[in-house]
Amino acid sequence: MSLTVNGLQVYYRTLKGEVKALDGVSFSVRDGEILGLAGESGCGKTTLGKSLIRMDGRMRHAGGTVELDGERLPIADDARMNPYRFHKVSLIPQYSMSAMNPTRKIGKMVGELLRSRGVKLDRADLEARLAQVELPREVLDRYPIELSGGMKQRMVMVISTLLNPSLLVADEITSALDVSTQKAVARALAGFRDTGFVKSMIFITHDISLTYQIADSIMIMYAGKLAEKAPARTIVTAPRHPYTRMLIDSLPEVGVRYGDKKLSGIPGSPPSLLDPPTGCRFRDRCPLAFDKCAEEPPALEVEPDHFVACWKA
Amino acid sequence: MLRLDGVTKVYKVGAFGGKTMTAVDRVSFDVGIGEVVSLIGESGSGKSTIGRMILGLVPSTAGSITFDGVAVKPGKAYYRNVQGVFQDPFSSYNPVFKADRVFQMIRQEYFPGVADWDERVEAALAAVRLSPGQVLHKFPHQLSGGQLQRLLIARALLLDIKLLVADEITSMLDASTRIDVLNLLADLKSRGLGVLYITHDLSLGNYLAERTVVLRRGAVVEMGLTDLVFGGPLHPYTRQLLSAVPRLHAAWEDADPVDTCLYHDKGGSGGLLEAEPGHFVACAALPGCRGAAVSPASPSG
Ligand SMILES: Nc1ncnc2c1ncn2[C@@H]1O[C@H](COP(=O)(O)OP(=O)(O)O)[C@@H](O)[C@H]1O
Ligand SMILES: Nc1ncnc2c1ncn2[C@@H]1O[C@H](COP(=O)(O)OP(=O)(O)O)[C@@H](O)[C@H]1O
Ligand code: SF4
Ligand SMILES: [Mg+2]
Ligand SMILES: [Mg+2]
Repeated sequence: MSLTVNGLQVYYRTLKGEVKALDGVSFSVRDGEILGLAGESGCGKTTLGKSLIRMDGRMRHAGGTVELDGERLPIADDARMNPYRFHKVSLIPQYSMSAMNPTRKIGKMVGELLRSRGVKLDRADLEARLAQVELPREVLDRYPIELSGGMKQRMVMVISTLLNPSLLVADEITSALDVSTQKAVARALAGFRDTGFVKSMIFITHDISLTYQIADSIMIMYAGKLAEKAPARTIVTAPRHPYTRMLIDSLPEVGVRYGDKKLSGIPGSPPSLLDPPTGCRFRDRCPLAFDKCAEEPPALEVEPDHFVACWKA
Repeated sequence: MLRLDGVTKVYKVGAFGGKTMTAVDRVSFDVGIGEVVSLIGESGSGKSTIGRMILGLVPSTAGSITFDGVAVKPGKAYYRNVQGVFQDPFSSYNPVFKADRVFQMIRQEYFPGVADWDERVEAALAAVRLSPGQVLHKFPHQLSGGQLQRLLIARALLLDIKLLVADEITSMLDASTRIDVLNLLADLKSRGLGVLYITHDLSLGNYLAERTVVLRRGAVVEMGLTDLVFGGPLHPYTRQLLSAVPRLHAAWEDADPVDTCLYHDKGGSGGLLEAEPGHFVACAALPGCRGAAVSPASPSG
């Protein structure tokens, strides 16, 4: 196993109390695996990604462990995490495209970044990586503003993986792109895994159809908890959690017309995580809810590699 | 009802406005009563510019836009018939005021004397499937994106409009609420509302619209009945877009190699050919097409 997360709890400190954004999540990612992470906004996807790499000042590690390649990550200790960042774990954050320093040429920025990590720039290696994502080496002489959205996104991918981290977390990196650019970026990501630039990957997106294209397995989160995790094909063709089923049923596809097949959304909205409900957190939106759901359902392995947290699964 | 004829928009760009940029190039199509037409294209293809010209927010450079046969003239009378809703619902609200202020504003402007205002508001809310208790007297931050978007549609309905220009209205919403907004538009259409549904998401446009217009770099490359355009796309660009759409039960395919095309410089509405009844294309693998190759949208997009 490349990554093993056990009972992870991460809360945000706010004036009104603690937001239980990640409340006891366990899963693992194998070597060479791309795990797609999906769920409605606010379910804790970004929080999970940040927890593995860099917690911000308002986040508190309230419990659970993270192990990478057999080594326990000191996720709550910002300074002790430093040697792991870029070398072992790397994050491409949401909106990273606009976060590139606009006043530095890209090549210079890459050099500075590597130096700050105590690594010497290997020009040939860098160019090989640029070629892999079909960027001309001239991009190094340009400013971030001169690159299109798709080019910037691929540049950020190259930078985040220069040191061949074991785990890469990519948070909604294709969401702002047009379909053809989205396809190119997603495929380049899968290519990074194939070439061994990264060993395994967590690909965060709210778009299940997109994650299905490159992920080996998909994890669906709901309100800070794991709802279901299974091989990608199983999630799409044989989901067992009511939430997963409803999510999939709400997706229009090319070829599906309102007149022929009326799709439906999920009534209601996710609960506040400041004071989350007891029992199954999906209970007030779930058409199958029954008495037992007042107790929290454990995530059980219903068949090999297929985990579901639902009393009806 | 709404008709665009050879509509063109040229922006002046550069420090001194010395250069020009053709954002919309001789676009012609129409939207009928109770009809949803989707306008599809990648970012920068000119979709919003077309929407803004229809709403009279920017002037066109050439061509004509008419509503019920009359040239569009922005003003109170026109906005009783035509309204727009845009991508980011939050930007349409002032965070320091309650969200339902958007209703009071049109009351002052259009209905100063009406007695049954509250009933009208309730009816409009019911039409967008919101209950007054859920949304009235709340601040924008207390409502979800889907609720805010539906409030804006309700506001448009209060005016009893005939045409709604919906520009990427679902792109900020989760899948679970997005489909409700789409279904809502479909229901409104059966009450006679015409909708121009602007999106870069082909599957959303496909779900809703009986007719589809595909835009590339400001010009229409293909348009017609949605079933024909998406079922048998003729233009290499449409085919390439369709092949890039991620699907749930199928792996990405690679588009057919883009070979020949009549589009090269004949483009624009003047160059549209009627390939079959109800299906128009600016270029095609049609007999006699020997045009220059279209380069596939580069992955550097
Ligand atoms: N800085 C913060 N302070 C308080 N609550 C936060 C903060 N960031 C996120 N949250 C809350 O944590 C939950 C999970 O958020 P997030 O991880 O961003 O979800 P996702 O990425 O799935 O949309 C949400 O309820 C969100 O409101
Ligand atoms: N006010 C403006 N001045 C100059 N160029 C503009 C202006 N508005 C839009 N454009 C340009 O026109 C083109 C079409 O833009 P837009 O209509 O917003 O496309 P879309 O909505 O399809 O993304 C883009 O290249 C954009 O940069
Ligand atoms: S545990 Fe109960 S409420 Fe939760 S998803 Fe399953 S059936 Fe629904
Ligand atoms: Mg997020
Ligand atoms: Mg736009």
